[in-house]
Amino acid sequence: MEILTKIHAENLVKWAKDKPDVYLLSADLTGSCEADRFRDTYPDRFLSMGIAEQNMLSFAGGMARQGLVPLVHTFAVFIYRRAYDQIAMSVAYPNLPVKMFGFLPGVLTPGGATHQAIEDISVMRSLPNMTILEAGDATDVESVLDAAYRTPGPVYVRQLRGEVPRLFAPDEPMLPGKYRKLSKGRDFVLLTGGICTEEGMRAVAALRDRKIKIAHYHISTLKPFEHPEIIDEIAASRYGAVTLENHSVIGGLGSILAEKMAESGCGKPLYRLGLQDTFVHGASRRYLMKEYGIDAVTLIALVRRITGKRFTIDENLLAETYTPAMHSSAKAEAL
Amino acid sequence: MSAESWKPRAVRMAAGIRRRVLAHTIARNGGYLSQACSSAEIFAVLYGRILKLSPLDSPVLPGKFPGTPKPGLPAVTGAAYNGAGHPDCDNFILSPAQYALVLYAALIEAGRMDEKGMDDYDRDGSTVEMIGAEHSPGMEVTTGSLGQGISQAAGMAFARKVKGETGRVVMFMSDGECQSGQFWEAVQAMSYHKLGNMLIYVDVNGYQCDGKMTAVMNLEPFDKRLKAFGADVHRIDGHDMDKLARRGTAFRSKKQESPTFVLCDTDPCRGMDILKKRYPKFHYVRFLDPKEKAEYRKFYKKYV
Repeated sequence: MEILTKIHAENLVKWAKDKPDVYLLSADLTGSCEADRFRDTYPDRFLSMGIAEQNMLSFAGGMARQGLVPLVHTFAVFIYRRAYDQIAMSVAYPNLPVKMFGFLPGVLTPGGATHQAIEDISVMRSLPNMTILEAGDATDVESVLDAAYRTPGPVYVRQLRGEVPRLFAPDEPMLPGKYRKLSKGRDFVLLTGGICTEEGMRAVAALRDRKIKIAHYHISTLKPFEHPEIIDEIAASRYGAVTLENHSVIGGLGSILAEKMAESGCGKPLYRLGLQDTFVHGASRRYLMKEYGIDAVTLIALVRRITGKRFTIDENLLAETYTPAMHSSAKAEAL
Repeated sequence: MSAESWKPRAVRMAAGIRRRVLAHTIARNGGYLSQACSSAEIFAVLYGRILKLSPLDSPVLPGKFPGTPKPGLPAVTGAAYNGAGHPDCDNFILSPAQYALVLYAALIEAGRMDEKGMDDYDRDGSTVEMIGAEHSPGMEVTTGSLGQGISQAAGMAFARKVKGETGRVVMFMSDGECQSGQFWEAVQAMSYHKLGNMLIYVDVNGYQCDGKMTAVMNLEPFDKRLKAFGADVHRIDGHDMDKLARRGTAFRSKKQESPTFVLCDTDPCRGMDILKKRYPKFHYVRFLDPKEKAEYRKFYKKYV
């Protein structure tokens, strides 16, 4: 698997070159959100706003009213938790094109509960006018800029940084409102997003060898979510649907699918893997994914339980996965 | 307009603002009356002397509320009453949306809103809302969540600056909202990013919803605090029209990098001693009983 480093930092500079309306706002996490190259290349289009997120979000709304496109860069958790009223009233209500890039979603940070955005999708998707995108690999990281820019109104992005694997072809960009179908199968329908897609791919490949066939979708647009064909496929599946997400099972991908399945009356079970209504603590990503059950092993165990089939898959035999070192040089600090 | 000709009109406007808000408060059994008393001169000087707005052919008659902004339904803007949208014209931002009634009265006095519009105030389905929003007459930003107005205005001022526009962002604020953390975040950002194209009038009437500000949360020394944050601060008698006008026009003629604050010390009962009985709660007047309403009716007859 190809692993890329600091993709966003490079790509942002290239992408913004011919977009004079694009400005970047940062709240003292410029290097940590890979916006340092942008800052150095386009100093006149970079605004340092200090550790003052409420002002930053309303300020961005004001800029957007005057025709600029602000890209807000900070950790995901500091966008929606610290400035929710400001997002709601200065950005979402007037449906302004403020693009919020939230870094280190979910368990991606060892910074503990203060730094872990575990309910951002839940909170942000209940805001009218809000679009929510999530990057799952290097191609997504590159193309989410265009997807957000071309989507009218406010967009919240769960963005990746540092060392990121490339799962999808570079010439097949993320498109707003479109999913990626990664595999076919009639036993289960699996929906994953963000870093959980890589986990899903590993599990699906291993289960295929055990004659369990899974239709796997990578969801990068969490809102809006209008995919009746997926619901039809769930209705026709043998065991139902599974979601796997780097987020609370309340309000995220699992809830989104639950609402659609309930509305359609498709009558199949839904199994939601993710953070089971719990806060998380400071530890490495790989450790937390295992501890809280949002990895390939947990997914395989669930399938074993539901199907009642007896098989063992050695954890060590699962397809290679890539877990960056906590103190990698591709990160500005250990966070 | 010559230096002298604006004032008699502005004096009439200030009297008209108080009279209209008083009449409205009596007719509707409630209203933001003390706000009119403290800020009538500020609004009269803003609309009569300071703001550079594009002219309107005729006063605008408010329409029905078309719905909240959403895809396919762009936000309706109350900026139409100010004729905004020209690079050399000012934006006017009303920060405490609770002053909407005073703004509507000022727009009528300035010949920018049809006076029949006041009949729509707080009526279901109307844009003339009690706590105005960006679709309400004279407003272009949704500011009812106090503290957010100044940050939004600052973002607009930054954008206008980089676009090279000569129009300013002029804002009216109340003192209570300056207790919020976001206000101070905004002032430090305005200073840091050199938003000298912002002119802010603050109605320092010393009262807020719970009563006297010093009994709720002290803001003083407000002028010194603001100066320490890098703003250009002037503290004046907010009922003195010459002083109010001088600050706004002096600002227009000079190139500056720091935002200008004009702190207007005002009296929430100015021109209506009858309000003093309600000390220390002036935020909203709802008559306690028919007797009090009758007193205000009697007062109004003398007033006009």
